[in-house]
Amino acid sequence: MTMWFTENHTKDVYFAFKAKQLFSTESDFQQIDIYQTKDFGRVLVMDERIMLTEKDEKIYHEMIVHVAMAVHMDAEDVLIIGGGDGGALRELQRYPGIKSIDMVEIDSVVPEVAQRFLPGIAGDFLDSRFTLMIADGLKYVRTTKKKYDFIIVDSTDPFGPGESLFTREFYGNCFEILREDGLLVNQHESPYYRSDAREVKLTYEKTKMIFPIDKLFQAHIPTYPSGHWLFGFISKKYDPLEDLQAERWSKLGLDTFYYNLALHRGSFALPNYVLKLIGKK
Amino acid sequence: MIREYQLNQEEAPLYNALLEYRKQRMVSFDVPGHKQGRGNPELTEFLGRYAMSVDVNSMKMLDNLIHPIGVIKEAQELAADAFGAYSAFFMTNGTTSAVQAMVLATVNPGEKIIMPRNVHRSAINALILSRAIPVYVDPGVNEKLGIPLGMSIENIEKAIQENPEAQAILVNNPTYYGICPNLKAIVELAHQAGMKVLVDEAHGTHFYFEKSGPISAMAAGADLAAISTHKTGGSLTQSSILLSGPGMADEQGYLRQIINLTLTTSSSYLLLSSLDITRKYLALQGEKIYQRVLEYANYARKEINNIGGFYAFGKAEINYDSFYAFDQTKLSIHTRDIGLAGIEVYDILRDEYQIQVEFGDLSNILAILSIGDRPVAIERLLGALSDIKRRYGKKADQIAVNEYYQPKVVMSPAKAFYAKSKQIPLDQTIGKVCTEFVMCYPPGIPILAPGEEITTEVLEYINYAKEKGSSMTGAEDLATEKLNVIDQL
Repeated sequence: MTMWFTENHTKDVYFAFKAKQLFSTESDFQQIDIYQTKDFGRVLVMDERIMLTEKDEKIYHEMIVHVAMAVHMDAEDVLIIGGGDGGALRELQRYPGIKSIDMVEIDSVVPEVAQRFLPGIAGDFLDSRFTLMIADGLKYVRTTKKKYDFIIVDSTDPFGPGESLFTREFYGNCFEILREDGLLVNQHESPYYRSDAREVKLTYEKTKMIFPIDKLFQAHIPTYPSGHWLFGFISKKYDPLEDLQAERWSKLGLDTFYYNLALHRGSFALPNYVLKLIGKK
Repeated sequence: MIREYQLNQEEAPLYNALLEYRKQRMVSFDVPGHKQGRGNPELTEFLGRYAMSVDVNSMKMLDNLIHPIGVIKEAQELAADAFGAYSAFFMTNGTTSAVQAMVLATVNPGEKIIMPRNVHRSAINALILSRAIPVYVDPGVNEKLGIPLGMSIENIEKAIQENPEAQAILVNNPTYYGICPNLKAIVELAHQAGMKVLVDEAHGTHFYFEKSGPISAMAAGADLAAISTHKTGGSLTQSSILLSGPGMADEQGYLRQIINLTLTTSSSYLLLSSLDITRKYLALQGEKIYQRVLEYANYARKEINNIGGFYAFGKAEINYDSFYAFDQTKLSIHTRDIGLAGIEVYDILRDEYQIQVEFGDLSNILAILSIGDRPVAIERLLGALSDIKRRYGKKADQIAVNEYYQPKVVMSPAKAFYAKSKQIPLDQTIGKVCTEFVMCYPPGIPILAPGEEITTEVLEYINYAKEKGSSMTGAEDLATEKLNVIDQL
């Protein structure tokens, strides 16, 4: 059945496309739907919010992985919090130097749905370097004894199952399990609409108190509210620009859809209104 | 099921009457003046039309709390049945009013009442209203944690022997920290001596529905119990129930008269309906709900003790006397071993982690788990405690701090409260008799009550608590830099 899918970006603004629903289920944590669309390919929707589309997911996943990897080329142990769709996993699997990739996803249904309906997005869940744990992300970072070089926080929005991944306690416990030169990248919401902007500011303030280096970078993701999306580069030692390993990264010869080294540098140049929002202007 | 109910607990007569009222689309020419919300658009937008439409006045179909003969009467009978009581009285002035009604109904001016000193301020307020004379029983202290306990049987026996004319014994079940006395034994001793047993069960609503929790006041045969349904039961703040046991069977009318002395004549139907719906929910689902709460609490206790530096005590601290049983849904966490006072952890949790716990005193914080808790929230508390340890964890603070001092009672609270007094600076008060309260709120257990001598020990406690950031309340001087003392003895 073809219908219109709409997502409210604010109380008074919505985004809509014509879609055919392929699958719908309610997990213990959220409503999960898959739609087929003409312009965006398949779309993964959770609790009525677009998580990714086949058309623009690469922008998000390349930015959440390659910006940090191009700085910390020796990262061996990587932790993904959330990210059950497997997109971040797929990008990480392109680095031969990575020895382990652990994913802590709270909802077991997400990886199942992704592997079944979004095989081109979901990375290789059978990779011997990869471990999937169905658990609460905050609990995992509080209790694990393992140390990591790179943590990716690939969460849903701050309301719902991802709530605890926007808290100070979460980032404090992440600090504890990162190695001395470890770093973290989080999806940092959009600065555009007022209520989302508030979350950007609050999350930034929390991480800034914990980590010595905390810089935002941006990308253009058309199907996310406003299309203007932020990520946080949060690090114990490495600076995203000064410590960029341009030559080493180029040598890998990765074929990317969105990311490149010039864009890496440029993505840290933020608009004035965002600088103002985070108190940098 | 914990109890066989005599009535059909699926019923909710007051709730149904309000639904019916709403359907009738009644035109109001009575109070409240907002008339189903129409007269106050901003408030209606804020609270919702649904809530405003049942913020109504007493009327025939909705009965009247000060003279219940219809749906409120039925709702109270259902509550009595659900709680295993002889009768139940809905309260809309908080549990404070229920505690006061218990004392006023059983102890006349000048008569004695036996109680531990670590009661909530509402109980000592009741002594001022009733002009009753307290006989304080040392509650006993757990030295390691610095917290007061629930009175030993030996101390209670002694108080009864020394004061055979006392009319009643007032007991906490549990204390704020979750500590329960040997209630059954206390009831037996008191009844043998012809005294009534009044139970401040503000933090024990769930005892009536837990499968293996501490005994409830009504099950133990107590005469009256004040139940803060809003605390751990899920009803709206300020709604409460006074339960009466069969020992008060002949005094039901008098009890109603006493309650009516201070009860508002415009009781909120939001509060009353919340009591009716909560009673139904707990009667039907309570056992399952509190089993889940207990699992959460026990999980949290284990995890907190694994973090190190924090000690969330459990049943191991029971001494089968002044600490007879433990309410495991209370997470009382000793913080001294990470070098922080409880009140400091309380402040850090709120200001830096947006986590509000019930209170912090000098050595502990208290997190209350109840029917609204979720695993994700519990993980946040655990994550925050773990992060606080990472940030602050230093060598244990060696200062042993007690939360309880045996007071030096010079005169009854009422006599001191109404006496001529003057306000003098704190540091000049040593040796004087205080005429007002001083307490950290929460927990609201007075450090000083009217009629007690101000000692060096007590002043040191007040200064230390202030230094650590406790919010001191009770005194006329809001900064607690001056105290009212008896002008001359």
